[in-house]
Amino acid sequence: MSNHTHIDEHRDDEGAKTGMWIFIFTELLLFGGLFIVYSVYRYLNPAAFHLAAEELDTFIGTANTVILLISSMTIAMSISAIQSQNKKLTLILMGITILLAVAFMVNKYFEWSGKIAHGIYPGSPTLMDASQGEILFFGLYYAMTGLHALHIVIGVAFIAYVMRLVVKDEVQHDNFAILENSGLYWHLVDLIWIFLFPLFYLIT
Amino acid sequence: MEKEQHTHIVKYKTYVFVLIALLLMTFTSVAITSLNLGPYTVSAALVLAGIKSLLVLLIFMHLKFDKKFYAIMVASVFLLLGCVIFITFLDYLYR
Repeated sequence: MSNHTHIDEHRDDEGAKTGMWIFIFTELLLFGGLFIVYSVYRYLNPAAFHLAAEELDTFIGTANTVILLISSMTIAMSISAIQSQNKKLTLILMGITILLAVAFMVNKYFEWSGKIAHGIYPGSPTLMDASQGEILFFGLYYAMTGLHALHIVIGVAFIAYVMRLVVKDEVQHDNFAILENSGLYWHLVDLIWIFLFPLFYLIT
Repeated sequence: MEKEQHTHIVKYKTYVFVLIALLLMTFTSVAITSLNLGPYTVSAALVLAGIKSLLVLLIFMHLKFDKKFYAIMVASVFLLLGCVIFITFLDYLYR
């Protein structure tokens, strides 16, 4: 790479990062709105929310929290790795992040299918016999953890795409804005879970 | 400005320490909520979640090392969200 060929290269890392942050703000407000809906309904139906939250498995919730926190660390480390020009370590750390994300989704699958096997899913006969508050709790549970899981899937696709760019040397120690942005997105997913976990699994 | 952004490499050790702190806070919040402290359970769990998200924002998301401009924007968004939550609850608590 000679310096002369790159004089005309058009790049704005700062702008790319600012754009990513602005997108993250819209996501924060989206989930923030859902958190407000949750807290208002919780305030209006304290007993039913207490009862319904006991149905959730704290162990699976805690395991998924640990998984997401570790994956957040590995993607953050991958940026340090690319800055130190260690391509192999960058790819390993990104790969671990994706594997942990898959583990999160596998846990989520078992959690949801367990609930569905017990007849708890939106519109199920069991739930229709339950109180209004319980219907609201499980509606919000499926909507919010489902939307969060969708973000996990998108995050995996994003990180996998950036991994391809790293392999092709299109992301390097002096040009890693997109890796940073995929990391920011992944941390957002982690950030949302940090609040989803206590609200649904812990506060009973 | 680009130089500033690109020369700062966060040490792996820093990330490991942050992860340990995050995990400890997670287990603390699980332990606290199983104690049944009544109304304090919610506040304790949310305060811990707040500290955890602060750590993620500052270290993992590099707000501490980036230009202050980003930190100010993020703080404004959380302030906005806080205001909306506050006003919503003014309505529900006193209607």
